[in-house]
Amino acid sequence: METTIAGKQVKLNEQGYLTDLNEWNRDVAAALAAEEGVELGEEHWPVLEYLQSQHKQEVPLTIRNVGKSGIVDIKGFYALFPGGPLKKASRIAGIPKPASCI
Amino acid sequence: MKHLVILGAGTAGTMMSNHLAKSLPKEWDITIIDQRKIHHYQPGYLFIPFGTYTESDIVKPVKKFLPSRAKYIQKPILNVDKDKDLVHLEGGQAIPYDLLIIATGTDIAPEETPGMAGPHWHKSIFDFYTLNGAVKLHRALEEWNGGHLVVHITEMPIKCPVAPLEFTFLAESYFHEKGMSEKVKITFVTPMDGAFTKPVASDQLGHLLKDKGIDVVPNFNVMEIDGDAKKLIDYEGKEVSYDLLVTVPTNKGAEYIERSGFGDELNFVPTHKGTLQSKVKDNIFCIGDATNIPASKAGSVAHFEGEILMENIKRFIEGRELKDEFDGHANCFVETGHGKALLIDFNYTHQPVSGTFPFPGIGPLTLLRESRMNHMGKLAFKWVYWNMLITGRHIPFVPSKMSEAGKNFEEIQS
Ligand SMILES: Cc1cc2nc3c(=O)[nH]c(=O)nc-3n(C[C@H](O)[C@H](O)[C@H](O)COP(=O)(O)OP(=O)(O)OC[C@H]3O[C@@H](n4cnc5c(N)ncnc54)[C@H](O)[C@@H]3O)c2cc1C
Repeated sequence: METTIAGKQVKLNEQGYLTDLNEWNRDVAAALAAEEGVELGEEHWPVLEYLQSQHKQEVPLTIRNVGKSGIVDIKGFYALFPGGPLKKASRIAGIPKPASCI
Repeated sequence: MKHLVILGAGTAGTMMSNHLAKSLPKEWDITIIDQRKIHHYQPGYLFIPFGTYTESDIVKPVKKFLPSRAKYIQKPILNVDKDKDLVHLEGGQAIPYDLLIIATGTDIAPEETPGMAGPHWHKSIFDFYTLNGAVKLHRALEEWNGGHLVVHITEMPIKCPVAPLEFTFLAESYFHEKGMSEKVKITFVTPMDGAFTKPVASDQLGHLLKDKGIDVVPNFNVMEIDGDAKKLIDYEGKEVSYDLLVTVPTNKGAEYIERSGFGDELNFVPTHKGTLQSKVKDNIFCIGDATNIPASKAGSVAHFEGEILMENIKRFIEGRELKDEFDGHANCFVETGHGKALLIDFNYTHQPVSGTFPFPGIGPLTLLRESRMNHMGKLAFKWVYWNMLITGRHIPFVPSKMSEAGKNFEEIQS
């Protein structure tokens, strides 16, 4: 689905995740974050960048590996993205929803 | 002589030893190492708690399934020295290799969750991912008078990710048959955002849980278990109380992988998802549950991986470029209780599809829809496993790459 977020043309899948990380920028992130009820501050960016770098290296993401990243612990991750931290943070970072089975 | 060494004689290792015995050039010898004497048909664990299978139905000697060309060493692996191309075994033996295949799978690690592995383990908190756990759970279910049964996934990834859901359906069916439906409440607790998370599956299958009166608690990431108070507590302070907890603990790769210094934070081996070559060193390949690739951890996946791995070992030995072809194909039966099952078929890029299998338009199996035939298929899988899958025989009509005929497709957009 084509749409405009923060003045930028982007493509989203049916669950609202960007399908092309190249279309991501900080304004898009802030707009997606607002939809998730998250207001982005200084502490969010390193976490989002970590998720993007892991994604680019094809490392499957889990709450645990974020918790062991040295950037934020699991409790801190929840505090930054309350509700479903991995799911929300992935959407805001412009990467696919973490894989699961069915 | 050159040495090919396989670590692990479970589903994937046994299967590879049989493939290799047939086609590896003569100047190579094959060694396979496992700590076990007995091979477990793990999909059978699911049926033990309900008395459908007993222990003797699902175990056979490891050696019975290994080819005569392979030398079997029954010893625990201590570590791999990737710089010296050596595998160290308990007792001091060191085995050199020119090519190594890691197939040591994954096991549960209840000690990862505070309160899980303590005094309540196998008393009020059970697993069914080990033979021991499944047998103890069977006894507990036989004696249980009813109450709140909670079926729980600790964290992803786990092997056979549909097994907890199948367990839930089978439990509902089991208590129904015992005439205990009134006395038992079942809740499914998952760290994912639903019991079915792919849109096609949740559209088509979401009703199953509701119809059976099973509640779902999604987005629940357990932090600890208070075994005295019988409750699960998550990182946000949410709580779920239980009378009987059946959990799938954290799944981890083998500890020797950590000691060898090359696993990820769960001891899974970094592996190229299309070629199955490890990212550790060129002469180390990895297959089955031990890899970190984003495919399901299932016996059927190991089977599909086997074909690509064989091709790539041949190419590696001949110094040719590897084939980057594995598509993440998975194909699983999902028991839904009351003598029925579903069949799902999907890969890295396609959602589970509906349609018929393996013959387009004919079946006899139906994809993504409950049927008795699918349940028969699941039970027949045991025969296929012992007689075809691990012996490396070709399973008729089922290609390693996902076939698109007879199926209704929807691309996963990512
Ligand atoms: C309850 C349940 C239900 C399942 N249902 C299905 C299903 O319906 N369909 C399906 O396709 N799959 C199913 N599976 C998954 C399937 O069993 C696994 O994916 C498959 O067995 C993986 O094969 P593997 O060779 O990678 O690992 P395994 O078969 O687990 O083999 C690993 C081997 O390595 C050995 N090992 C580990 N560490 C060491 C060490 N340090 N030293 C020596 N040896 C070691 C172990 O002893 C073991 O023999 C199910 C699994 C479970 C638990």
